[in-house]
Amino acid sequence: MNKETPLTLLDKPNSYVGRTLSRDAAKRAVAGRGRYTDDIMPARTLHAAFVRSPYGHAKILSIDVEAAKQQQGVALVMTGAELAEMCTGPWVGTLVCFDGMKSEPQHPMAIDRACWQGEPVVMVVATSRAEAEDAAELVTVEYEELPVVIDKETALDPGTPIIHPNLGDNLAFEKTIETGDVEKAVAEADIVIEDTFTFGRHTAVSLEPRALLAEYDPGTERLTIHTSSQCPHMIQAVFARTLGVPEHNVRIVAPDVGGSFGLKIHTFGDEIAATAAAIKLARPVKFIADRLESFATDIHARENRVKGRIAVTKEGIITSMDIDVRSGAGAYSQYPRTSVFEANQILNITGGPYAHENYRASTQVVYLNKVPTSQYRAVGHPIGNTVGESLVDQAAAACGIDPMEFRRRNVMRDDSYPRISAAGIEMRDLSHQQCLETLVDRMGYDALLEEQAEYRKKGIQRGIGIAAFIKGTAPGPAGYYGAGGAPISSQDSCTIKLEPSGGVICMVGVTDQGQGVDTVMGQIAAATLGIPMESVRVIEGDTDAVPYGGGTYASRATAIGGEATYQAAMMLRAEILEIAGVLLQAEPDTLDILDGHVVDKGDSASRISLAEIGRIGHFQVAELPNHIQHTLSATYRFRLKDALYIFTNGIQGAYVEVDTDTGFIKLLNHWVIEDCGRVINPQLADEQVRGGCVQGLGGALYEECVYDSAGQLQNATLADYLVPMAGEMPDIEVAHIQTHTGVSELGAKGVGESGTGAAPAVVMNAVNDAIRPFGGKVTAQPMSPETILKALGKV
Amino acid sequence: MSEATLEISLTVNGEQVTKTVPVRQHLVDFLRNELGFTGSHLGCEHGVCGACSVRVDDAVVRGCLMLAVQADGAKVETVEGLNETGEIADLQKNFVERNAMQCGYCTPGMLITAAELLREPKPVSREEIREHLSGNFCRCTGYHAIVDAVETTINTRLEEG
Ligand code: FES
Ligand code: FES
Repeated sequence: MNKETPLTLLDKPNSYVGRTLSRDAAKRAVAGRGRYTDDIMPARTLHAAFVRSPYGHAKILSIDVEAAKQQQGVALVMTGAELAEMCTGPWVGTLVCFDGMKSEPQHPMAIDRACWQGEPVVMVVATSRAEAEDAAELVTVEYEELPVVIDKETALDPGTPIIHPNLGDNLAFEKTIETGDVEKAVAEADIVIEDTFTFGRHTAVSLEPRALLAEYDPGTERLTIHTSSQCPHMIQAVFARTLGVPEHNVRIVAPDVGGSFGLKIHTFGDEIAATAAAIKLARPVKFIADRLESFATDIHARENRVKGRIAVTKEGIITSMDIDVRSGAGAYSQYPRTSVFEANQILNITGGPYAHENYRASTQVVYLNKVPTSQYRAVGHPIGNTVGESLVDQAAAACGIDPMEFRRRNVMRDDSYPRISAAGIEMRDLSHQQCLETLVDRMGYDALLEEQAEYRKKGIQRGIGIAAFIKGTAPGPAGYYGAGGAPISSQDSCTIKLEPSGGVICMVGVTDQGQGVDTVMGQIAAATLGIPMESVRVIEGDTDAVPYGGGTYASRATAIGGEATYQAAMMLRAEILEIAGVLLQAEPDTLDILDGHVVDKGDSASRISLAEIGRIGHFQVAELPNHIQHTLSATYRFRLKDALYIFTNGIQGAYVEVDTDTGFIKLLNHWVIEDCGRVINPQLADEQVRGGCVQGLGGALYEECVYDSAGQLQNATLADYLVPMAGEMPDIEVAHIQTHTGVSELGAKGVGESGTGAAPAVVMNAVNDAIRPFGGKVTAQPMSPETILKALGKV
Repeated sequence: MSEATLEISLTVNGEQVTKTVPVRQHLVDFLRNELGFTGSHLGCEHGVCGACSVRVDDAVVRGCLMLAVQADGAKVETVEGLNETGEIADLQKNFVERNAMQCGYCTPGMLITAAELLREPKPVSREEIREHLSGNFCRCTGYHAIVDAVETTINTRLEEG
């Protein structure tokens, strides 16, 4: 913790904050009692299946649904045109904050034209999913194939077909940011390194696929949707507006969510269709994506090519960096969060840990006949970090300086905040130097270098990688969403209530997908109120119950929702102490709350229990004077004031072994030192980092959605799209530096994406370190064995 | 066309069950939709992820690759059954304490698979535990915590004989 950080209630000895406590949800999970959307089975539920475009791009000439309609069990067959009649209009996935951005209006299901393989064309609703699929096979759609645009490099070339003629070209968005004078810095530099990096398309592969159960009551005109979502209020707004149902009549419940990683902050046409069916039929309709349609319809991400350049002095000081990013989106910009955040974030964070003052970054995001892209865990960071950190390593090697020492010379100094980064973003409360020295210590860096040299002598090629990083977390309303015009809240709220029993109900807008958000909020509330953990129940994921909020995205739950909970608990605490003061004839500020009892400060003897205050406050209010009109509840909303993000920082280390004959990479060790500010629950924070790292490692080593030249996704099964399994992954050592953020009293920053953001960078640096003596270098991810052998000139 | 069906009789979590099922219904769909044992999950429906793992006659199988009719006459156990018998109470406790799950979707399959190592516990390395669990996909944890929980359980069982 910072020396200057004032002590709060949360810093009391034995505080729940800063302590590992296990999650109630975990106890349920191990008993097989988790309750995910597909586990909810109301009577007379119908199931939706979709006819999807088999082509990357095709005109729809005719649709014949008669045979399907005749099938036993079929309740509804709906085309895109029929669905459009139930909708208020198509989506346009642009935000006003992205100047000049354009996107073609998109209907939930294709009408005249399908623009990617997998786009929904016809929905069949039947009494079981199997029957719906049977009937879907009887739908006949006549297509006329159209030319596809698959290669992002040539997407803007004259002669390349234009996917949406109304847009004039295939460009979604372009942007350049520039600070200082890059060309001058390059001209004056002792060493200039240039390189080009490519990144394959990934998708989230949450183990529980997208899932939705919609129920509509025509009497009250209420629509209830259980869905595997991170952002219930956003789903409420988008579904209500799209289907013309008043927002306040729509209830969104996110039950247990089986993994999300950004996938489940988005809205999808097939989900709108299933909801429309529930309204039309007044029966529950369920849509559970199967794994094959998950690959072909869940958002994709990460497909980028980056040209990068770094200029340094021979003393090893970075003087400039510049990058050019060509980003491959899908057929439409994903509504409402768009498909350009990734590229924008690459511009924001590349080279972000370093103190250079000359920076230029430009991007062009282009449409392709592929699945739409959008935010996926650590948006843009795996790319920006890989580019920046590889350039830094190459520059260090060219200077003949150890890469750790090179970073030591260049990172932003811990005493230099607040400051503006080269990308023009305010940075504060970071700790690059402290993280770096901690990593040196944890890795046993010098000994590891010696060990590596010993192995080299034996013909075993091991590599050591280092990657410093920054991570944008908890975005504020001044940035993209609020200012961008989408119905996505960047504030979050907590309503907290004292019950007659002395128990506390804490309702939060942020949501849990297994990170332990509910446990963390409970810890903050219990610590602030001075009550046992067992006395707090946290409610999340239900728009009928919780105050309005953005939900969980961009590592914001603890940073934003945690502060809201802390402040709401402070307000409730003040109210409790005021009532106690009246009842006990004492000044409230002479009182404290300890273990569910109001006590005199400095004394632990109970004067009155919270249960007694609850009883009097709710039932025996006549015992209180008339001017006391307490509600025994409080609501607080928290948002960032001016900042774009709460930036965090850290550094990762990796130790790998490369088999130069087979190209196989063995991950031996992995370290993450990161600074997420105040840690509420150390175990949960660690596990966020570990899980995130492995997700990053999967992307760096195995994962890629491969398209052929006709726009056909070639590997849309879990057998063909490789994900990291236990056998290949290393143990991961995690440590936290805790520089509290100054933007909240709680002091917490985001932690959920820091592992993912830099893991690809560090493992690529380690691999390149291993093969450097052979003149090999890898700049493409995923780093398949073939990529390694090519780099070594062996194939 | 009405669906072809067959009557099957089997034991599920210790209880005798007789039902008429569509011949094409998978075991895991039968357990979930017909019997309400929703602890077994579907992650891929093509035999890769292990989320649907159940025990059939003491062997761990993928419930998405086996038809319900193939389980006629068999003894089937799901995570709910293992929970009730207390067979893996220590493993469950260690999963909770070590936070060896986040979303919990892979957890039943992980527990059933890891339980195989506990049948006749013998010293195993972390690599062997990782190898044993390599057919079960977890997108959340990164596996480290799961390996810890399994390792602790095996070691404690060995110590306590
Ligand atoms: S659902 Fe059976 S292995 Fe994935
Ligand atoms: S805990 Fe989510 S998939 Fe394993």
